[in-house]
Amino acid sequence: MNSKALRFNARIERAAFTLEAAIIVEPGEVVAVIGPNGAGKSTLLRSISGLVPLTSGSIEIGGVTVDDPARDILTAPESRRVGVVFQDYLLFPHMSVADNIAFGPRAAGVGRRQARELAGDWITRLSLTGLADRKPSELSGGQSQRVALARALACDPAVLLLDEPLAALDAGTRIDVRAELREHLAFVGIPTLLVTHDPLDALVLAERIVVLEQGRITQEGLALDVARRPATTYVARLLGLNLLPGQADDGRVTLTSGGEFHTAQRNVSGAVLVAVRPDAISIHTSPPSGSARNVWRGTVEGVEPIGDRVRVTAAGPPTVMADVTAASVVELQLTRGTPVWLSTKATELEVYPAGGTAPQ
Amino acid sequence: MSRRHRTTTQPPWPVAVPAALALLFLGLPLLALLIRAQWGQLLSVLTSPTSLDALRLSIITATAATAISVVVGVPLAWLLARAVFPGRRFARALVTVPLVLPPVVGGIALLLAFGRRGIVGQYLDQWFGITLPFTTPGVVIAEAFVAMPFLIITVEGALRGLDGRFEDAAATLGASRLTVFRRVTLPLIAPSLVAGAVLTFARALGEFGATITFAGNLPGVTQTLPLAVYIGLEGDPSEAIALSLVLLAFSIAVLVLLRDRWLRTGTAA
Repeated sequence: MNSKALRFNARIERAAFTLEAAIIVEPGEVVAVIGPNGAGKSTLLRSISGLVPLTSGSIEIGGVTVDDPARDILTAPESRRVGVVFQDYLLFPHMSVADNIAFGPRAAGVGRRQARELAGDWITRLSLTGLADRKPSELSGGQSQRVALARALACDPAVLLLDEPLAALDAGTRIDVRAELREHLAFVGIPTLLVTHDPLDALVLAERIVVLEQGRITQEGLALDVARRPATTYVARLLGLNLLPGQADDGRVTLTSGGEFHTAQRNVSGAVLVAVRPDAISIHTSPPSGSARNVWRGTVEGVEPIGDRVRVTAAGPPTVMADVTAASVVELQLTRGTPVWLSTKATELEVYPAGGTAPQ
Repeated sequence: MSRRHRTTTQPPWPVAVPAALALLFLGLPLLALLIRAQWGQLLSVLTSPTSLDALRLSIITATAATAISVVVGVPLAWLLARAVFPGRRFARALVTVPLVLPPVVGGIALLLAFGRRGIVGQYLDQWFGITLPFTTPGVVIAEAFVAMPFLIITVEGALRGLDGRFEDAAATLGASRLTVFRRVTLPLIAPSLVAGAVLTFARALGEFGATITFAGNLPGVTQTLPLAVYIGLEGDPSEAIALSLVLLAFSIAVLVLLRDRWLRTGTAA
């Protein structure tokens, strides 16, 4: 526990939905909030920024309570020490890069000359040298993002918020900018909360992930744990995993959707989730003779290319997605309606307690 | 395909004939003005004392009316666009009244308000010894009354169309509301503010009805260009025509200044 942490424990009622969550971000920690559109991610950020008031609960930034309706505390956005990198960056189009970065310090009363120097430091730090006098319209997506980051950090905030920091970029530049952003976030040193709908952003940029669905936290944990053991079908689908609920008993899982799996994990019992990667499932047109412990029959429902692989959806039970090569699709003549055998090894199944939230 | 091509290039005569008539109707009077102008004497007519007085007075009063409109009109536009207050719809309707009100009625209304016996004017006179009718400030008031709605409506539209998230961003960077307005909102709506001001200036420059009713027609004091044109027509038509050309030139200049704003669809098509 640190007094400089970002503490959000609140409820926000809006016309369309209610957001109720508790999130603590320690200094230097990067937490990603992922969730579908309308889950309340933006509302969360806007309330921390001071643009949306809380209905109840409290927000604490840098050891200061900035919103607490019960104690009649509500600090205006301009008086909170919050740095925000907005979706689309929202750089002021009529100002140069340097003036954008110097805006915060100037508003805080820093002299023109000193603010300009400060902006210069950030320009160097974020590799924007030579761009100081450009207008935002003359910048690439990656450059704009760095300017937005510099502008937010130049105010010396106590917390950094990023709203879909990579959504405005095209797929090509996204990978590079994501890696860059990761480096920059590493030395920020303040609590950093980012919101994204892209699981890859969350996995690359954050140590911890909070999953927000319909205004509630449905899962939180270390990024790797969430990726390996999703608690809801939403996350599983985002990550491209098969997620099957069932009842475990001594290494055997009776699946809710029908069918049964043998697993290598004998130590879990009761309500469980089974996560299995699509590339760990094999497809055959005759009964397989291999070592796989789990074999069941199904019918091909869909065949869809994904990158260099082909994703086959096969109706079971259990119904699963399996990734195969394009060559095997041709070889096995897989089309809609083809009867198939599916198999997966017991060791490929990730089995874990279902926790409080049942997948929908 | 070919049918469509035909209809776009060769409109049928029930459309083409009235359209041509309309164009002719709009263009012919302007053409007449250009044809009948005595170009040789133009300079001497325009530099006559009455013309120069009217020109000077018009520019001063229209500029003052525009300045007043900007100073009080921009805050009102902001209120109409952003604030929630009782009677906002009524306020917006009120702003548009001078646009459709016959200017001469506006002049009478101004007299009843600010005239020496007007509901406000009598106190201005009694307490401060200020008289507005038939003075140059009276001209400014008449022009501002008629022209200010152009500024308010243009700026309000721009404020409504502005992405409010820029202002949010400025607030999270620690800027007070006044700083946000001055350094973010105002620069972002600057093109519309300029357009609104130009429109206001043009409307003020051409103001006739309210001015002559409220401020009269005293050469050098309240006789603006349009009034001089009207008077000139009775005495010296060549002067009226010359001054009309000046007003026409101003109007064309306004069109050129605002062409990107209004004629973009026309040129793009």
